[in-house]
Amino acid sequence: MGILDSIPHVHAVPSHRPWPRAVVTEAGWQAAIDRLVEGGLTLLGFWGEPTAVHMAMIDGGSAEIAVVTYECTAGTFPSVAGHHPPALRLERTIHDLFGLVPTVADDLRPWLDHDVWSKSYPLSGRDASRDVRPYQFLPSEGEALHQVAVGPVHAGIIEPGHFRFTANGEHVVRLEQRLGYTHKGIESLMQGASLAAAAKLANRTSGDSAVAYAFAFARAVEAALDIEAPSRATYLRGLMAELERLANHLGDIGAICNDASFALMHAQTGILRERCLRAANVAFGHRLMMDVIAPGGVTRDIAPDGVAALCTLLAEIDKVFPRLIELYDNTASLQDRTVTTGIVKTEYARQFGAGGYVGRASGRNFDARRMLAYAPYDRLSFEVPVLEAGDVNARVWIRIREVEQSVALIAQILDMMTPGEIMSALPAACGECEGLAVTEAFRGDVLIWLKLGQELRVERCHLRDASWFQWPLLEAAIEGNIIADFPLCNKSFNCSYSGADL
Amino acid sequence: MRKTLLESLTHGSLAEPAPVPDESALAELAAKVDRAAQARLGRSLAIREVDAGSCNGCELEIHALSNAFYDIERFGLRFVASPRHADVLLVTGPVTKNMRQALERTYNATPDPKWVVAVGGCAIDGGIFRGSYACVGGVSEVVPVDLHIAGCPPSPTDLLKGLLALLENVSGKG
Repeated sequence: MGILDSIPHVHAVPSHRPWPRAVVTEAGWQAAIDRLVEGGLTLLGFWGEPTAVHMAMIDGGSAEIAVVTYECTAGTFPSVAGHHPPALRLERTIHDLFGLVPTVADDLRPWLDHDVWSKSYPLSGRDASRDVRPYQFLPSEGEALHQVAVGPVHAGIIEPGHFRFTANGEHVVRLEQRLGYTHKGIESLMQGASLAAAAKLANRTSGDSAVAYAFAFARAVEAALDIEAPSRATYLRGLMAELERLANHLGDIGAICNDASFALMHAQTGILRERCLRAANVAFGHRLMMDVIAPGGVTRDIAPDGVAALCTLLAEIDKVFPRLIELYDNTASLQDRTVTTGIVKTEYARQFGAGGYVGRASGRNFDARRMLAYAPYDRLSFEVPVLEAGDVNARVWIRIREVEQSVALIAQILDMMTPGEIMSALPAACGECEGLAVTEAFRGDVLIWLKLGQELRVERCHLRDASWFQWPLLEAAIEGNIIADFPLCNKSFNCSYSGADL
Repeated sequence: MRKTLLESLTHGSLAEPAPVPDESALAELAAKVDRAAQARLGRSLAIREVDAGSCNGCELEIHALSNAFYDIERFGLRFVASPRHADVLLVTGPVTKNMRQALERTYNATPDPKWVVAVGGCAIDGGIFRGSYACVGGVSEVVPVDLHIAGCPPSPTDLLKGLLALLENVSGKG
């Protein structure tokens, strides 16, 4: 049975691919919310347009996806967040950007809007001014409580964001995040952009996931235009995606240990990470492999000495990495910091649809590469590690196991790849069409939805980072832990600021 | 652990020879760094990194400067946790309007003499984010910039070339 069979809808939109999108009435919208609340469906995305809101949902059992659309004829829509908390930040963002009002909302404080843009509701297409009040953090009451304000400029070389801790002595009673500092207006720059310009923006939504974003963007365009990338191009995309995952996971494993003052691991994984980036540079001409994946395929083939560079890299990881795993596993002082620290309950991971290592360390068996089996992963064999403990240690182990899987995947792809075309021609023009794509970045699933207009220009593009559904869980995970363990917990999540601030 | 440590000690260093300081950076700096500052600092600079809305790509490469291949501390360059300890602000991103005030306050919190290095295409003029309602568009529109390092993102070697040029000027060798 399809998702839309159980949700009353007015009509399905024929030009939306590959999954269906349907316009619903208030009853249909409410039915969708009910399915999210009862847990039959998981919220995959929630975004606005000047006069409509869309919700993408996935059925965890059948891997089926559907989008429902509510037309906000009166400038309002029934609040999702009031019933389903994972939608809250997305709902506040829809209000910030489009001025649409959720009814009845418990929390309509601004999220991305810090009242310095010189205009309100920048994507609404109309002039309206917002009633601005000083930002109120949520209250915590108690005699001995004190607040610690951190950021937006942090002590390390990391992205900006504000953390407001309320603590009782050493212990965190409440953490509230205030993000949006890196909001660049990417979705407004997308409007009217050519495919080439839009792809550049997608590559730079979150620099550590440039490949995953470019991959999702290309797939969304291909879905909209109903074309497919050539087989060799999909293998090359897979190579880059796994290289990106390797580099990030290796960097993270070391950085997490470093936040527990275990610098040796950081130094060792730093060497492996650098070797990954150098191999990427040899094979694809850019250390972060930006702008190689494009709608239709890839813009360049792997360099002649690229295969050798990758083989050398794999051999080096095979040699060094097992020793590093042993080092992690046998250092009691390190385990003392990571085991039982920052636990994410399995129930929260399920409810929020937390992707990546955050979800998989807390029992959520979801990986877009396997669930949605997009090319080339439909032809590759790999395992998706899942643990239940949900602590920093589990998030480290998921990464360790995924490094091993990525090494095996790269070897498989190098084996299976055959010569051939790397780019399918795009049509010169198209009617209005829409595409949706989900790819698995190193930190979790990236969703991109777009609408193309005449001359292949982007009319609207929404990019949803995995971090949207992970950041709120960090607030829950730190509760009852000591403030000194926050860097460790935060690094074990390694959420994106830029990807979620847009 | 002992085995890994011992091997690290007995194997040769991975650190690579220093690149030659960037010519255009030397020229840009020659006019800006005064002798008085040179006399005071010696051959050591403390760097505070400020992400003013980058995509995080520049941060990844700035991080790489500390790995065994580039080993930035051998040059007397080190990253510090507070602007109050810094000689240099390394600023990335198109300066989002939401970060503008934080950047200004970080600059004001840095003691004189100080230098600002704008890193990456966005930091020069907003790059691909130029023209957005949410971006100021270039670090020099908010605080005075002494050196620009281009690239999207600049490689660690590019970063090192620029920073070595700064070091040479500041220490009176430029």
